[in-house]
Amino acid sequence: MLTIEHLTLQLPYYAPWWRRRWAEVLSDVSLELHPGEVHAVVGASGAGKSLLAHALLGLLPEPKRQTGRLTFHRQVLTAARQRQLRGRELALIPQSLDALDPLVRSQRQVSWAANRAGDARANAWQAAGQALTHYQLDERSKQAFPHELSGGMARRVLVAMAHVSHAQLIIADEPSVGLDPQQRDRVLDALAALARQGKAVLLITHDLRHALPIAQRVTLMRQGRCVETAFASAFQGDGDTLATDYAQALWQALPDNHFGVTPTAQAQNVA
Amino acid sequence: MSRAQPRRDALWMGAAIAVLLVALLSSRWWLGDTPGQMHFDARLAAPSLDHWLGTDALGRDLWARTLAGLSLSIGVGSLAALIGTFIALGMALLAMLGPRFDALVALVIDTLLSVPHLILLLLIAFALGGGTQAVIIAVAVTHWPRLARLLRAELLQLRHAPYIAMSRALGKSQCFVMVYHYLPQVLPQCVVGALLLFPHAILHEAALTFLGVGLDPSQPAIGLLLADAMRYLSSGVWWLGLFPGLGLLLVVLSLERLASHWRHAL
Amino acid sequence: MLNAYRLHHAFADQTAVLDNVSLSLEAGEWLGLSGHSGAGKSTLGQLLAGHLAPQAGTIEVDGEALPRSGLQPVQWLPQAPELSVNPRWRVKRILEEAWTPPAELREAFGIEPGWLNRYPGALSGGELQRVCVLRALAPGVRCLVADEISSMLDPLTQLALWQALREVVDERRLGVLVISHDAALLERLCPRQLTLSEGRLSPSVRHGAQSA
Repeated sequence: MLTIEHLTLQLPYYAPWWRRRWAEVLSDVSLELHPGEVHAVVGASGAGKSLLAHALLGLLPEPKRQTGRLTFHRQVLTAARQRQLRGRELALIPQSLDALDPLVRSQRQVSWAANRAGDARANAWQAAGQALTHYQLDERSKQAFPHELSGGMARRVLVAMAHVSHAQLIIADEPSVGLDPQQRDRVLDALAALARQGKAVLLITHDLRHALPIAQRVTLMRQGRCVETAFASAFQGDGDTLATDYAQALWQALPDNHFGVTPTAQAQNVA
Repeated sequence: MSRAQPRRDALWMGAAIAVLLVALLSSRWWLGDTPGQMHFDARLAAPSLDHWLGTDALGRDLWARTLAGLSLSIGVGSLAALIGTFIALGMALLAMLGPRFDALVALVIDTLLSVPHLILLLLIAFALGGGTQAVIIAVAVTHWPRLARLLRAELLQLRHAPYIAMSRALGKSQCFVMVYHYLPQVLPQCVVGALLLFPHAILHEAALTFLGVGLDPSQPAIGLLLADAMRYLSSGVWWLGLFPGLGLLLVVLSLERLASHWRHAL
Repeated sequence: MLNAYRLHHAFADQTAVLDNVSLSLEAGEWLGLSGHSGAGKSTLGQLLAGHLAPQAGTIEVDGEALPRSGLQPVQWLPQAPELSVNPRWRVKRILEEAWTPPAELREAFGIEPGWLNRYPGALSGGELQRVCVLRALAPGVRCLVADEISSMLDPLTQLALWQALREVVDERRLGVLVISHDAALLERLCPRQLTLSEGRLSPSVRHGAQSA
């Protein structure tokens, strides 16, 4: 559905005496997203995950230098097309809960998203109600203001907004941050449900373990590069089937596994 | 578009205005005693090649007097602004010592802000008996509360910053936290605040002098020049009021622009 | 060594987050603490480290109450390192606020000499967290409260951080209270674990810890 080919992104930074330099924040990133699939992008903070999401939606500020090709439904994704598709075909579930309007009740907020996607006003209100029910928010939370919701509930309101937008591609930026395990599982289940409806979900997270239960494929990112894209099923046992040393080391270092480093991994980590 | 642009502009503006100020301040030396020289053959002369901006009733050259007046005003204004900034900074830091100190500082600020500026200025200048010192003190004392309120608000945001608590937990004293954590945070605001105070101080110095409780009448202060001009305005002597007024406007406006530019850039 | 006795803490609206909580931590012990978000884990951590004053109850280290000023024997390490450093200070100054860690220790924590001249904004969360942990290990510190310090880190960085910390802690026989949502991590680090729920602590009995 969405293909990213050799995406390279440079952003400016300012050296002393107001000179402008360019830093490469994404280098040669290639990915392919399929309908009905959760594709996880995993990396530490600063690996370029969020920048990738913003580049896909065309939300990056100017000035920037971007090369590579983005194709959505076999058509090149230009800046104009990104603007047109945002909130309709492409949806973002942002990392920050500040994205919710603090003065608007949940259902109204979700109905706005439906309205933007083309639903008539009455339909939008109904669709919003149904979507919120779908994500297990009760009548009280539907009429609540954002500050009255817990982190997990607010996150599910954001998921519901993506749901009603009829978007084909949904990008979830760190949806599990700051949630306790129960809340987190509910949000991740909601994302898996979106994929089951035939949408493509790009799940951006720093914790591999949150992604594995719902993702079909996992891309590991490090310092702006894709280290490896593997099927989620490869992350099991000793991780022998993983192609790169880095992926193996990452897997072994998890507290659930060895919580230790193999000699090759150590070399990799230093490098 | 680029973040460097406003900073570069601010730098250029700062340089240009610094040159202007230095030229004004140094005018004391290259003008010599011309501001006081009387030319009885050319009293109340209109602007001409000999006297660019004309002369006053005693035949003194208005161009020289305006420059001297501005240079005096700038000296008095910068001193007053500097003292005012120091008071504001001290009060804002004092407020950080605890809720009680904070309440006290807030009370003083609100009290001073609730009294009309000019009345307070007049009272203080009058009580101190007029003269350069009295003007500087009066302007400084009446102008710090606005800046202090700004600095206090800035510091209040910091008070609950985790790194302040960490610093204390790591064994650092209240004094250390003040000097190394709080102070650097508000230094840019202080610079801009002082710059904003400066034109205010000049205007009020001129106002006080105009009203007769300011500088010594023998000095060529802008306020005195303007007060003098009032008497001759009705008889068609327009240059006495126009040029010193324009000069004051120019200095005040350029400083104001510089300050607001720097506020965005810093 | 660290003893907290009948701690009570309530928010302004009178809901008690901690209700008669007692706990003890021995020298060289790793104690795990888990619980829902909002259960009061961080409040407990901040109380123990002297960042908050308990509304009732006592906290003692080696039989003495926490000092009112000076170096706190219990240091709190919060989740977000970006907030616990002054953004206007260079890393060297941040690291050396309380003591000057020897170069070997800097190396063990993976703090590169090149970072020292930078500002914290130029370091990643993981890098900054290591600086914060080492900063808190000043001589005279007896206990650490590690409040979700590795939840934002990738597994390799997380592992490196805990390994470095384990060496220092074992050598100096410090007590460590590890607060985390991550059951697997607590299982790895802490032989004894507690759960905080509705203002009360209860032991969460698990299988013994495996050493890393």
